[in-house]
Amino acid sequence: MKPATKDFWRRFLRNPGALIGLLILAAVVLMAIFAPLIHPQDPWRMVQRPFLPPFAVDGFWFGTDTLGRDIGAGLVYGAQVSLLVGIVSTVVALTIGVTLGALAGYYGGLVDDALMRFTEFFQTIPNFALAIVLVAILQPSTESVIVAIGIVSWPPVARLVRGEFLSLRSREFVQAARVVGQSNLQIIFGQVLPNTLSPIIVMASLMVATAILLESSLSFLGLGDPNTMSWGYMIGAARTVIRQAWWMSVFPGVAILLTVLALNLVGEGLNDALNPRLARKGR
Amino acid sequence: MGGTATMAGDQTLLQVEGLSIALPRGAERAHAVEDISFTLNRNEILCVVGESGSGKSMTANAIMGLLPLPHVRPVAGRIVFEGEDLLTKSEAELRRLRGSRVGMIFQEPMTALNPLMTIGRQIGEVFDAHGRIDRRERRRLIMKLLADVGLPDPEVLIDTHPFRLSGGQRQRVMIAMALALEPAMLIADEPTTALDVTTQAQILDLIRSLQASRHMGVMFITHDFGVVAEIADRVAVMQTGKIVELGPAGQVLNDPQHPYTRRLIGAVPQFAPPERPAPAGEILLNVEGLKKTYTTSRGLFVKKREVAAARDITFEIRRGETLGLVGESGSGKSTVGRCLVRLLDTDGGHIRFRDLDFASLRGEALRAQRRHIQMVFQDPYASLNPRQKVGRIIAQGPRAIGVPEAQATARARELLELVGLGAAAAERYPHEFSGGQRQRIGIARALALDPELLVADEPVSALDVSVQAQVLDLLDDIKQRLNLAMLFITHDLRVAAQICDRMAVMRLGEIVEYGPTHRVFNDPQHPYTRDLLAAVPGRDWTIPEVALQDGSPPA
Repeated sequence: MKPATKDFWRRFLRNPGALIGLLILAAVVLMAIFAPLIHPQDPWRMVQRPFLPPFAVDGFWFGTDTLGRDIGAGLVYGAQVSLLVGIVSTVVALTIGVTLGALAGYYGGLVDDALMRFTEFFQTIPNFALAIVLVAILQPSTESVIVAIGIVSWPPVARLVRGEFLSLRSREFVQAARVVGQSNLQIIFGQVLPNTLSPIIVMASLMVATAILLESSLSFLGLGDPNTMSWGYMIGAARTVIRQAWWMSVFPGVAILLTVLALNLVGEGLNDALNPRLARKGR
Repeated sequence: MGGTATMAGDQTLLQVEGLSIALPRGAERAHAVEDISFTLNRNEILCVVGESGSGKSMTANAIMGLLPLPHVRPVAGRIVFEGEDLLTKSEAELRRLRGSRVGMIFQEPMTALNPLMTIGRQIGEVFDAHGRIDRRERRRLIMKLLADVGLPDPEVLIDTHPFRLSGGQRQRVMIAMALALEPAMLIADEPTTALDVTTQAQILDLIRSLQASRHMGVMFITHDFGVVAEIADRVAVMQTGKIVELGPAGQVLNDPQHPYTRRLIGAVPQFAPPERPAPAGEILLNVEGLKKTYTTSRGLFVKKREVAAARDITFEIRRGETLGLVGESGSGKSTVGRCLVRLLDTDGGHIRFRDLDFASLRGEALRAQRRHIQMVFQDPYASLNPRQKVGRIIAQGPRAIGVPEAQATARARELLELVGLGAAAAERYPHEFSGGQRQRIGIARALALDPELLVADEPVSALDVSVQAQVLDLLDDIKQRLNLAMLFITHDLRVAAQICDRMAVMRLGEIVEYGPTHRVFNDPQHPYTRDLLAAVPGRDWTIPEVALQDGSPPA
């Protein structure tokens, strides 16, 4: 696969948007990994006078919030929460969605009908409302937020994977695998699933972005983990003083914006790089 | 038969001089077409023949101004049509020319018509695009056109939608559109390739007679020398962007000069089947009263629609024998093949393989027995998993029945040698191989389980003629060497003549004729078999000796 991998990177990096997205994302990831080094102190600690505007005191470029906590530290630790929730909840959603979608698409018939009705049941409930209810029932914590986001985001994955399986299962190479006597599981995992990876990867990158937005919204409403400093929580806590202290909500807001934008750019770049056939198909 | 050229009173209609078309950088060659020159006269059919990638369609598109500019563009030469160089014309001028002076028909009639528009409106658009005419007059003209191209009931047809028409009828509509404004030149790009053989014969007749009655110049692009023999006045043979031979049809077909032409013509399967000894091996497979019906349920209150794809199919195959299953599309021949390898469940009848009741096996029992009957698929591009290495693709069968990995891999390498690709191919991915090579990989995969019966479903119909000959030889050779039985499904009677010991002709789910190939060809009993044989293009043309000597396909 070596030349193909090289080809992929060449196509991906030729896309300026994807490159910018990748750089921003790398910055956010580094920020999250090295948070304890950048800001050794707890983001919850009060370290300066409250309502300190940005750039007023050296070392507090982003100012402080209503209780005198460093907003810079909040941003850095918030990156951890956002990425953690975004990635883990996407993995949860992919696990559920790929499994159900693959079974429905491969077996078809009654299995498909049953699984798709089940999926529609989840699709008809507004995502955010369901997430709020789930977090409220499970008690707010990082785990419950992850579970809630995972549960509300899998239906599109299931639909996508089902569609891919439906079109791939009648392809000749899948029939050939049946004729040589491969079992259904061997065919699902060995033949069909690897061929659906490109769209799944693209969708996953966009789902991480959506999950970060969902987490921020939940935290904004006060339904996030009360022990973690997250971007959404920071905006929520600062909304009452937005006219006196713009920086308290603007900086975490910009952080969310940039991260989500970066993920979307990367997703789009992946889409173009993984599906070059859309541009020049035909033989 | 061609050769009856009406050369008297000819004038040049189209003159292509030193045309070169550049391909984008990184393509497999620098020029799609390189320094080609030819003329097309009024009132003649010029056939441009070549294998895929020879640049024949690119030439046609250049004449029509339909090249995907700026990636692919003409870099040298002139295309003079009725005294004017088309390459210097603006897009607007070309647009006026297309449709009115030059008509074009394409390969795919099923997708060339807009499904939402009635036939009449689509043809009417041609008139609209080139100036207005009175509505009543337009309708009269359209009806006349539909009648001219041999469509029944023009007054009904004009208001129907394309989905009601068969492929052949749609191609007739396309021809009507191309001819609406009585162009001086018609470019036909493989117009019969997607059609069944009997339909193809009718469309060829139609193009022939319309060309003669309207004194058109027709540039007819094809890969099929049978079609050339049927329709051409003159022939241009193209190879990798160059015209290697150009001359009157009779001369090119019967006395080819260029080695490539000889090789191509030599690869065309002979229409006359050789007499073969009756197969003597024991009966391996016995199919009796096989039935398969497709049912489409249309919801609660709509009646089910049933299509019998196979009814009461009975035949047997002996060890060492090739049985041909021949028919047009929709005859049910592939359904029968798929029932044999149990990709489909049967609705009745028996499939007895030695003393095994193969049709009634289920689940694990079936999986264990699948190895005896293996399949070679039609489409070499779709039948190999693009994400697996070739070695793994071939080894997957043995591994599925529990052969240790190392042994399966070694066997895969052996088989790659056997099919002439070399063991090193095991480490590469399918996209690195050409269509013919991929089909060899497909054959190796089918052989990996040491089957006794091979079901080959149109294994060569997606391949160029010279590659086709090689793959057929390989199949025949392997069959002899391993003493296999083979069910060979094909729509191509030439191919069937070459490879089958006996054949069964299918129509609408039934076998209408069954017997030794030689007998079926020389003394067909059923009227349908006679129709089929009569429709094979170029059946009166005998492949010249000179091509057969030179044309032995390279190893």
